[in-house]
Amino acid sequence: MRALKNPLISLAAALLFGVAVQFGFNEYIQLLVLFVSVNCLMAMSLNLVNGYTGQFSLGHAGFMAIGAYFTAYASLHWSFLPPSLSALTFFIYAIGSGLLAALAGFLVGLPSLRLKGDYLAIVTLGFGEIIRVALLNMDFLGGPRGLANIPGFDSFYMSYAFAMLWILICFFTIWRVMKSSYGRGFLSVREDEIAAEATGINTTGMKVRAFVLSSFFAGVAGALFAHYTNFINPSSFTFLQSVNAVIMVVLGGMGSMSGSIAAAIIVTVLPEALRPLQDLTGIDLRMVIYSLALILVMILRPKGIFGELEITDIWRKYVRRSARS
Amino acid sequence: MQDFVQHLINGISLGSIYALIALGYTMVYGILKMINFAHSDVYMVGAFASYYVARAFGIEAHPGVGTLAILLISSMVCCSLLGVVIERLAYRPLRNSPKLNILITAIGVSLFLEYGSQVVFGADPKVFPEVMKDFVIFSFGNVELKSFDVTVLGVSILAMIGLQFLIYKTKVGKAMRAVSSNASVASLMGVNPDKIIAFTFIVGSALAGVGSVLVGMKYPKIDPLMGMMIGMKAFVAAVLGGIGNVRGAVLGALIMGLSEEMVVAYMSSTYRDALAFSILIAILIFKPAGLLGKYSVEKV
Repeated sequence: MRALKNPLISLAAALLFGVAVQFGFNEYIQLLVLFVSVNCLMAMSLNLVNGYTGQFSLGHAGFMAIGAYFTAYASLHWSFLPPSLSALTFFIYAIGSGLLAALAGFLVGLPSLRLKGDYLAIVTLGFGEIIRVALLNMDFLGGPRGLANIPGFDSFYMSYAFAMLWILICFFTIWRVMKSSYGRGFLSVREDEIAAEATGINTTGMKVRAFVLSSFFAGVAGALFAHYTNFINPSSFTFLQSVNAVIMVVLGGMGSMSGSIAAAIIVTVLPEALRPLQDLTGIDLRMVIYSLALILVMILRPKGIFGELEITDIWRKYVRRSARS
Repeated sequence: MQDFVQHLINGISLGSIYALIALGYTMVYGILKMINFAHSDVYMVGAFASYYVARAFGIEAHPGVGTLAILLISSMVCCSLLGVVIERLAYRPLRNSPKLNILITAIGVSLFLEYGSQVVFGADPKVFPEVMKDFVIFSFGNVELKSFDVTVLGVSILAMIGLQFLIYKTKVGKAMRAVSSNASVASLMGVNPDKIIAFTFIVGSALAGVGSVLVGMKYPKIDPLMGMMIGMKAFVAAVLGGIGNVRGAVLGALIMGLSEEMVVAYMSSTYRDALAFSILIAILIFKPAGLLGKYSVEKV
């Protein structure tokens, strides 16, 4: 039970926050909160590969697409539980989506992770595009038209609670994994692959494990995305979506979970917050500002917002120390 | 059979365009070990530059070889300038930072160029001016050899011979090869790596400029996102031939162009984009260093 203390407290806090959003804000903000949580899942899962294991994946949208299409197809065509239990059904579908994405991650990762350097980036980039083109050509998945009328949750609060549940599962899974011997293995691969190999770590195995776990949560993120938008088509999962995930990880700081979450919030909210600017000037400057900000962050603060620190480290390092002195 | 020869001609023509762009990727990778994602957008800017040059001088009224030459030169100049500016402002400050940061910066530059030009040029497609007349030079049964294909082939072969000469016969080419094999040792031998890297960007971007005019001539519709797909394919071509290897890029591009043309001809055109990446994954699994690349063992 002690292991569940922190997750349960966080879940309670998140649900309380949800009540505030439910009654304090309009539907636009509520939808934004849901997209923030999808992006949080994407960023945290990618952080496991890019941040902790030091590999570079550019095809995260492909895994998200697999998850989204599985959930969409399943909830449109199958029904084995009564409609009143839809949340449970969706939970099972989300697990299914994750497993399917993880399988894909295994198939992609096993051959490409044997190689070093940029090859994983190239292969995953190719994989993301292949998934997209394959989806365009699959008629039973709607082809270019996509799948519409995907059942969603009845209320905002249910969607929100579902998202929070998955975010916390993802967060604490990765957190605990990083404290285990596997986590040390991931970190050692990032720090020095040759040295890790010399100390008897199966580097390929470590990389594949990280990659599969990461794809699992990307698939879950896709499942949530499908429920929240009620409509998906192949162009929801372009190269830009993968790039977005990478940007979140790097902006937040590679190897920092709190950084990923913070960056997911910033990256999702910033384009929306810049909307008034568009009304003012009449031209769409949002993406221009966004890309410029990206370049500037890379040049001026290459470690990202948090670097490798977590928000608790920052608390210990700065706040407490200043309180003592 | 005649159809096949026709597809062969089209494929080689397409492949030589890919080659021009793939060369830019492979040269930058060879010297900096980075994937220059912004390269495809330099190519796009080149197409727009020649579009506006043609409009400004009113030379669209006189299609011919002279027009082609003017547009080629103007596009090459614009692309080279852009390439140098990108290298100087975005990549040079990051020369010693982790690979991932450089890669992200490259993606940032690419997004900036794409969306910036949507603001500057407008997001709607524009019609590229008629550079020269398309007529049949030679026909044999159903096989037609058109002037466009001959021009594309001629210009790109000229450009590649020029590049070959530059890299293997001149002093600066020797310096480029030296920096690419080991930058720190090259600098001990009196080569200034910064200058050579800037020069590499100039040459690579100029080739993209040539490619942009040729593509504009053959498929006269240009828009700010035109670089995305062709850039990816050219990049795949570079990896296929062995990234960092100049001759490999040309070989890979020809294979890409031909196989794409054959898939469209004999299978379905919707699979043409998937094909590129399937080839890529197959090559990376069975021959990770590419067709002509050398696989180097990492030593401590």
